[in-house]
Amino acid sequence: MLIIFYIFAALSVLGGLGVLLLRNPIHCALSLVGTFFCLGAIYVMLNAEFVAVIQVLVYAGAIMVLFLFVLMLLSSKDSEKYANKWPIGKILAGLLSLGIFVQIASLFNASELQLGPKGEYPLEVVEEVGSIALIGRLLFTDYILAFEIIAILLLVAVIGAVVIAKRRFQ
Amino acid sequence: MIPIEHILLLSAVLFTLGVLGVMLRRNVIIIFMSIELMLNAVNLSFVTFARSMDSMTGVIFIFFIIVVAAAEAVVGLSIILSIFRTRKTLNIDEFNILKW
Repeated sequence: MLIIFYIFAALSVLGGLGVLLLRNPIHCALSLVGTFFCLGAIYVMLNAEFVAVIQVLVYAGAIMVLFLFVLMLLSSKDSEKYANKWPIGKILAGLLSLGIFVQIASLFNASELQLGPKGEYPLEVVEEVGSIALIGRLLFTDYILAFEIIAILLLVAVIGAVVIAKRRFQ
Repeated sequence: MIPIEHILLLSAVLFTLGVLGVMLRRNVIIIFMSIELMLNAVNLSFVTFARSMDSMTGVIFIFFIIVVAAAEAVVGLSIILSIFRTRKTLNIDEFNILKW
């Protein structure tokens, strides 16, 4: 179990490094798809099957296909000649992100990690009812308002995308 | 059971890779992909905390985060598409009309 987690963790970090380092944007998108698949596998190990399924369907499926479509539509010839002209910028970026990493990682120091009281859905309850059934029940009872609002948000996003991306008539 | 700190460390590493991608790459679509990577890193820590706290709220949150990420990707990519029509490049350094 643990060794499988480490394999998937290493693969997902490798995919993230691919996004950072590969020259061709299409290769970047494909390595990001790999990262999303590995994260989906880790979600399965964390007993969050629903999240794993929508991770693969929505992220690796829908969103990344959208990215690939746009990348293939906008094949600019000068694709990766735009190196950073300012070398100090790279050093500054490295230092800044190192600082961010140290800050985040120091929060996760296990001995100081203060978790609040436990919730009401331990693993046995989730296994008995099923995580998808639980999520559906919560979405349509406690979170119904947020669910309705997010539906309107999706509608607005679709209309907005069509309006922004269409060609203007002369 | 996977130790919680290891998953959180993985999430921190992925988030840092996303930050680095935003700062180092100049292709606007790759910057956008790095933002998606950061969103995923945060999702991972949400799931981890939800599992270790025996709570369902984190998972519900992820549902909403993924919907918002999809909406954001659609609108952002259409903005990129319409900018590309006028400027004919994907280099973010050229997108400086709004710069003071």
